[in-house]
Amino acid sequence: MTKFIDLTLNGISTGAIYAAVALALVLIWRATRILNFAQGAMLMVTTFIASGVITATGSYWLGFASALLAGLILGAVVERVLIRRVESGPPLNAVIVALGLYTLLVAIAGMIWGNTPRSFPSAFSIRGFKVGGTRLLFSPNDLFIVLVVIGVALALAVLFRGTSLGLQMRAAAFQPEIAQLLGVRVGRMFTLGWALAAMVGALAGVLVAPSVFLGPNNFDPILIIGFVAAVMGGLESPPGAVVGGLVLGLALSYVSGYEGSALVPLAALAILVLVLLVRPTGLFSATRERRV
Amino acid sequence: MSRLALSPRLRQITLLRSLGLVLGGGVVLWLLSDLLGAYDDLQLANGAYYFAVLAGLTMLVGLSGQISLGHGALMAVGAYTVALLIGNEHWALVPALVASAVVTALVGIPVGATASRLRGPYLAGATLAFAIGLPALADKFPATFGGENGLIINPPIPPTWLGASFPLERWEAWIACAGALIVLFVLYNLIHSGLGRTLRAVRDDEIAASLCGLRVGRTQTLAFIVSAGCAGLGGGLLAVVLQLADPGAFPLQLSLALLTGVVLGGLGSLAGAIWGAAVLVLLPSWTNDLAHSFSLSTNVSANLPLAIYGLVLIGAMLAWPSGIQGGVRALAHRVHSLRSRPAASSPTQ
Repeated sequence: MTKFIDLTLNGISTGAIYAAVALALVLIWRATRILNFAQGAMLMVTTFIASGVITATGSYWLGFASALLAGLILGAVVERVLIRRVESGPPLNAVIVALGLYTLLVAIAGMIWGNTPRSFPSAFSIRGFKVGGTRLLFSPNDLFIVLVVIGVALALAVLFRGTSLGLQMRAAAFQPEIAQLLGVRVGRMFTLGWALAAMVGALAGVLVAPSVFLGPNNFDPILIIGFVAAVMGGLESPPGAVVGGLVLGLALSYVSGYEGSALVPLAALAILVLVLLVRPTGLFSATRERRV
Repeated sequence: MSRLALSPRLRQITLLRSLGLVLGGGVVLWLLSDLLGAYDDLQLANGAYYFAVLAGLTMLVGLSGQISLGHGALMAVGAYTVALLIGNEHWALVPALVASAVVTALVGIPVGATASRLRGPYLAGATLAFAIGLPALADKFPATFGGENGLIINPPIPPTWLGASFPLERWEAWIACAGALIVLFVLYNLIHSGLGRTLRAVRDDEIAASLCGLRVGRTQTLAFIVSAGCAGLGGGLLAVVLQLADPGAFPLQLSLALLTGVVLGGLGSLAGAIWGAAVLVLLPSWTNDLAHSFSLSTNVSANLPLAIYGLVLIGAMLAWPSGIQGGVRALAHRVHSLRSRPAASSPTQ
């Protein structure tokens, strides 16, 4: 029973990370209809920046803030400099450019910081809470992760549903030309979408770095599962990304706890295929994509 | 299945053309393998099995309009089939390679049927999960698949009539090139057949195609099966050339590199698949040589090839949005129009 509780709690905290990564991918998909394969490398770079700031200043929170700021800037720059040129082209070209950017960023990080993974501090204690004499597999830091991700998801929901800016972003993504005619600065909305997404990604990077360590390729497994979570939830839907992340986090935690970690990729495949066979555009897709 | 039929005359021309291509390609490859040294022969073999996979993938992505991030896993199916049949069942090389294509095509049936229900990013996600999920089987059943270490295959022995000193690498190159030429022959005829037109019709407008009586789902599944067969043969050839089938040879990066190869080469064109295979084989070795020709710190020289690879991907996509083959075509068109302009403008003078 303790094992089940531990696996559940562990699933929730890893699921929150998957959800954050999935949110970043969903934001970019909604803004520009591009699968951002470079997301993993982008959040890796911002986490390295955070690590540098923490080492230099000794303050975790300064590093945390600098990662978010770096993410915001990096996302905007990537969209303006690279993605803008392939946005209107064939969709696979954008995928290849994103893969190229991923490779380039990984290589640059390896050149600057080396390929040996290093440790990364956590915001709060990683010793589990003590309940009735047993220590749970859920620490104050895990609680922090879950709360932050819930907070980000709520903030995004408020942004998209309750503000004029969010409405403009949705309009720009839905019908770029009509939105432009109505006075929405479509290009600026795309840049903002990328910047926001990269900031959410940067947040995920800082949150997960203490447990996976910080290295050029250390975030890849998280990104793959986050991608699966985004697809499972429906790429259109931020709530879908959160639910997809949590479901995958829990399911994979049980599989790895009871059946061994070797089965985790197979379990992810099985869950995704089951979901997609029932709902070919993900759990939370409201509208079917129209082909004109 | 209803298909757009072709006249018998046209079909004959296609067959003759493809035979000519295969014969010409065979002669060129034969001469080339004779000229090259052992290392370059091995590179030629690598390029040949990459071509087999890329040709099948470019048919799928370019003609049928489906994306697959899972072809690395399909290669693994072919490689393990060959390793198990040669190692455990002591099959001869050729039947084992045929079996690798057939078995992978069979695996492609359920995958393709699932894939035909999915579109765009959802298909990408499902095939990506397939690419990471399937190699995990090797870890789950170490008794059969050899776990992390994989299965070792005895090297193919060149026949005695080639002489005792015939290099193994050249024999491997011949085997892989023969496989690549067979794939070229099959796919050339398929692309120029009624099925090829059906595929293009389905890709361009699914609703219109189904209104014309074309079975969209079945056509896409068929394309996936053929593509899987090519990937299986490519994987089988890889196992023969490397004399090993292990999970480390088929990471997600391989699947992504394959997609990169077909887009970079030029989607939907067999010539593009040749460009793609050349890029996948030559770019890493060139950039490695380049990185080690400077005296750089280890961190920089270890990552420089990767950085160049990334830059090439970005630069090539920005410079040639329709791939290298598209760039070549545009160049040929320009040369052609330059040459024909004086003739066209002379009457006005």
